[in-house]
Amino acid sequence: MFLAYNPSVPSVFSGTASTIALIVLLLEFGMLRQALLRGQVRLYAGQSLAVSALAAVVAFGHNVPELYALAVLSLLLKVIAVPLLVVGLLREAPDEIAGSGAVSVANAVLISIAVAAFGFFAVGVLGISSDVLPTVALSLAMAVVLVAFILMILRRDVVSQAIGFFSLENGASLASLVVAAGMPLILEVAFLFDLLVAVVVFGLLARTHHRRAQSLSTETLDRLRG
Amino acid sequence: MPVLMVLLVLLPLVTMLVCARAPHRVAAAVTVLTGVTAFVLAVVLVPAGVDHTITAVRYLRADALSLIFLLGTCLLYAVVAIYAVGYMADEERAVRSDTAERQEIFARYSRRFYLGLNAFAWSMICAPLVNDLALLWIAVEITTVVSALLVALDNTEGATEAAWKYVLIASSGLGIALLATIFMYHAGSQVLGQSYSLALDPLIHSSAQFPHTPVRLAFVLAVVGFGTKVGLFPVHTWLPDAHAEAPTPVSALLSGSLLAVSFYAILRYYQISVGALGPRFPQTILLIFGVLSLLLAALYLLEQRDIKRLLAYSSVEHMGILAIGVSFGAPIALSGVLLHVLAHAAAKANAFMGAGVLVRKFGTKELGRMAAGIGLLPWSGPLFLTAVLALSAMPPFGLFRSEFQIVSGGFADARNAAAAALVCLVTLAFLGLTLVTTRILFRPRVEMSDVAAPMPTRGEPSRWMVTPVVVGLLVLLVLGLAPPSELVDLLSRGASELAAGAR
Repeated sequence: MFLAYNPSVPSVFSGTASTIALIVLLLEFGMLRQALLRGQVRLYAGQSLAVSALAAVVAFGHNVPELYALAVLSLLLKVIAVPLLVVGLLREAPDEIAGSGAVSVANAVLISIAVAAFGFFAVGVLGISSDVLPTVALSLAMAVVLVAFILMILRRDVVSQAIGFFSLENGASLASLVVAAGMPLILEVAFLFDLLVAVVVFGLLARTHHRRAQSLSTETLDRLRG
Repeated sequence: MPVLMVLLVLLPLVTMLVCARAPHRVAAAVTVLTGVTAFVLAVVLVPAGVDHTITAVRYLRADALSLIFLLGTCLLYAVVAIYAVGYMADEERAVRSDTAERQEIFARYSRRFYLGLNAFAWSMICAPLVNDLALLWIAVEITTVVSALLVALDNTEGATEAAWKYVLIASSGLGIALLATIFMYHAGSQVLGQSYSLALDPLIHSSAQFPHTPVRLAFVLAVVGFGTKVGLFPVHTWLPDAHAEAPTPVSALLSGSLLAVSFYAILRYYQISVGALGPRFPQTILLIFGVLSLLLAALYLLEQRDIKRLLAYSSVEHMGILAIGVSFGAPIALSGVLLHVLAHAAAKANAFMGAGVLVRKFGTKELGRMAAGIGLLPWSGPLFLTAVLALSAMPPFGLFRSEFQIVSGGFADARNAAAAALVCLVTLAFLGLTLVTTRILFRPRVEMSDVAAPMPTRGEPSRWMVTPVVVGLLVLLVLGLAPPSELVDLLSRGASELAAGAR
């Protein structure tokens, strides 16, 4: 019997793209354990940088000038403006957000691995392919979205929950680069500004919560029931 | 006609600018004026919308379906603006003789309130008018963030908690809806080319050729995502908190209008999915979510201690009815659903506004501490009773007609089990609602948990808080007894637009 293993060698382009997508997912995992407010924001900035870089890579690889504009805009807004806004709005708050996990970090990572694997393979089965990026990037985007949910569920502090939502949006941006790269620039810009509005509101509400409860923890937010 | 649409979108923006600067009374007056004007504009648009789709400046589009949701939103914008005059005047009176500091706090509260109220109404007017699935998503996300700030406005512990839960859960839901938008774009790009805008007409017309898997994925993601804002089980958890803790005028808008606008987004995905997949798959999904929401809400209605939470669960119930109605798919059920949107908006706003008066009167939201309301409130008491009866789909109100249509559509289409379940669960919800209302309004004071509490004086807090409820009651009666022929045309046209792909 002859077993042929036929390794398909990825091109430099798809290799780079998949690596960047993987970095986005790894940074999402990093958020599960980050103990400092500013560190959490920095992880988000790094993740956004990776997504912006991927947009630039796609723009270069497929020669789509519009995506360069998107990459620059997303860099300006998500890597610079959003982190500055969040840190600025929460400047009275202490930097410490350690120990807000509902379960230990190790368990959180194990759960996330399981969930991420589920997302990764579930999307793979669907057979949605694109000409722009390797399908594995879409699977990774789904994994990012699901881990973002785990982050929001398991971390009980307002910063991690807010960053969880923002990084969920990063996952969606990643997915849109794979399956909807041709989306008109004007819509992408509208999405970005919408995110900015959301960031301001999240920041304001987080600040209100901090002023009222004197802590960033959400453990006291359990009075409304039934 | 296109000019009117642009005007509708711009008007609340101008009002926002005015409210940012103007003193309390001016802001209140301008908001009332804008609300009423917006409603008039929406009504004027109706005859044109029956004939054809109106488009303006490329990004605005109104067909029968969007006009129905626009009508509901603008009606509530008007009545809530009037109600807010009385709501705020009460608070102003309380601080008038107080220190300058307290007055300053009130001025800031009022400015934020009117700014937020107009921004909220603006985003809900935009959502049904935009001609693009991506812009629709953006409009719905803006409704979320603006209304979250409004929920937090009272700055109590409960309000802060409710606002945080609301913004986090609803935004995460919309994150899922964003994925739905992206996958729908992907499905469309197989037919319409790599780069196109998500305008509705081309998507609906060419939906028959869309690949099935991405459309299925997009539809389910849209139902879960936008369903978070609609309040479908199991992603409804933010809803009772936000409705209970928001200022009453905002609760009325949230419940009557915001949920419906998010349901509108689901209907757009339904239109495309039915075109691509046929009716079976989308209808099954909606049926499951609808029945579960209705069941949960009916059970929660039986055991409530807070008057505003009670009404919030009643909203979940009615959204479940809408989802079930769409899942029946028969034209009569669909036009019933669209009528239900309008009638529910009027009835739920009435109920919340009545509840607001009761809360003012008794100084509490707890049902156990309210009694003999009918004697204390000569107008609001009976009006609250009619609102609850209307919500329970009693004749002669609009909801009776709409639910009757939905149920008959279900039986006509041989969905007997679902239609029977609908009737049973609605009856259960009726039991819960009326039981509580009877207790608040007719129970003698001696049976109350704390009889020693000081007896509130007889009389209405403000005439401004009664007038809009009377208007709402008239609307409900008109919808139930003799809906104007143009409206009936609009509803059946909207229903045929929805059913178009199913044939």
